[in-house]
Amino acid sequence: MGALLTQFFNLQIMSEAAPLIVRGLGMTLLVCLAVVPLGLAGGLAVALVGRSRAAWVRWGAAALIDILRAMPPLVLLIFVHAGLPFAGLRLSPFASVCVAFFLNTSAYYGEIYRAGFESVGYGQWEAARSTGLTGWQAMTSVVIPQAVRNVLPDLVSNTIEVVKLTSLASAVALPEMLYAADMARSLTYNPSPIVLAGAIYLILLWPVVRLVSRLEHRLGG
Amino acid sequence: MGSRALFIETFFKPDLILRYLPDILQGMLVTIEIAGCVVVTGIALGLGLALLRSCGLRVLNAPIVVFVDMARALPPLVLILIVYFGLPNVGVSLPSFAVLWLVLSLVLAAFAEEIFWAGILSVRKAQWEAGRSTGLSFGQTLFYVVLPQAARLAVPPLTNRTIAITKNTALGTVIGVPEILNQATTAESFSGNATPLVMGAVAYLVLFLPVVIAGRWIETRFAWRRA
Repeated sequence: MGALLTQFFNLQIMSEAAPLIVRGLGMTLLVCLAVVPLGLAGGLAVALVGRSRAAWVRWGAAALIDILRAMPPLVLLIFVHAGLPFAGLRLSPFASVCVAFFLNTSAYYGEIYRAGFESVGYGQWEAARSTGLTGWQAMTSVVIPQAVRNVLPDLVSNTIEVVKLTSLASAVALPEMLYAADMARSLTYNPSPIVLAGAIYLILLWPVVRLVSRLEHRLGG
Repeated sequence: MGSRALFIETFFKPDLILRYLPDILQGMLVTIEIAGCVVVTGIALGLGLALLRSCGLRVLNAPIVVFVDMARALPPLVLILIVYFGLPNVGVSLPSFAVLWLVLSLVLAAFAEEIFWAGILSVRKAQWEAGRSTGLSFGQTLFYVVLPQAARLAVPPLTNRTIAITKNTALGTVIGVPEILNQATTAESFSGNATPLVMGAVAYLVLFLPVVIAGRWIETRFAWRRA
């Protein structure tokens, strides 16, 4: 028991690693601040394109989403970071993370918006148009608000996934929280810094996980 | 060299494709093995936990909810690193394959439990009452009446979640599991060329694109039409 505590919950090592990890947390939050809005916007765009009247546009959007969903995000990230330089396009770790995760999360958010649009009956659109609203107005003030409300739990739950996803950025040496913690682990030969990082993820995300559970049960019931 | 030739030379170099094809295929085999193991143990464990939870015992429910919440809130890579680097120091040494299998199974189990549990909850109370009143025991009602209805509701979200988690087998590369991404990055650094990375990406598409498309089909096929 004592061995377990000194291995995984070594307070001394944790307190030494804390400043490094807190700085990493700053970077983690910065990545989230970039990727979540990008993904939300990209997903909405791809879901709207998926409703196009032209069949080939719809198929194109569906194919793009499926390809992105079939590709593990780490593969996408490593390809952008390690593959594109061969073509003369060298991105900083931060930019690589933003590009790769923008593509990945847009596909997932896009699928959620699509389900949201499908949940809003076509009659809503027709009613909005027949009261004299333009297509744009009908979309932005009638259809999208209802669609978003219907899939709110899924949007929040996917946002949790995005925050967890940012930990992969450690693989391309972006100094976010997990990278900082793993650095401290390799210096101290003790996994406590990673446990500390895990605890911070828990503190950040547990309330949101609870919220999603409650939203799911309220809307589902 | 024209830009087109340069593009092929950089991303689709034929002799590199031939040289590294066996490695990538080997990686695909490892990815399939882990994914298969994770799907079986993760879903079985998740179903087991959901069944335990339906017994309605508080002593059991609290730890299940805590486990599920933690697995949903923690990034899988964090868990992988803790298990991989932590356990040897307390005398338990697991091969990297087993670490990846264990962690991804637990994560899938947590999500599967939530999905099955939501399915069980959505079955109306009258179904329970009808089952019990025809003389079925609690267990029989659960297995023959409630679970089939719950499972139907659970299939689409479970498919999506399972795909997302089996894709995380790529995280195994961080601890040296010789799966597709690991083979591809190794070959890339040996050859100094992006072709193996493209091959790795294509290998993932070959494996997962059919699954994603099947998932779409399942989503429409199992769409819940409640009378």
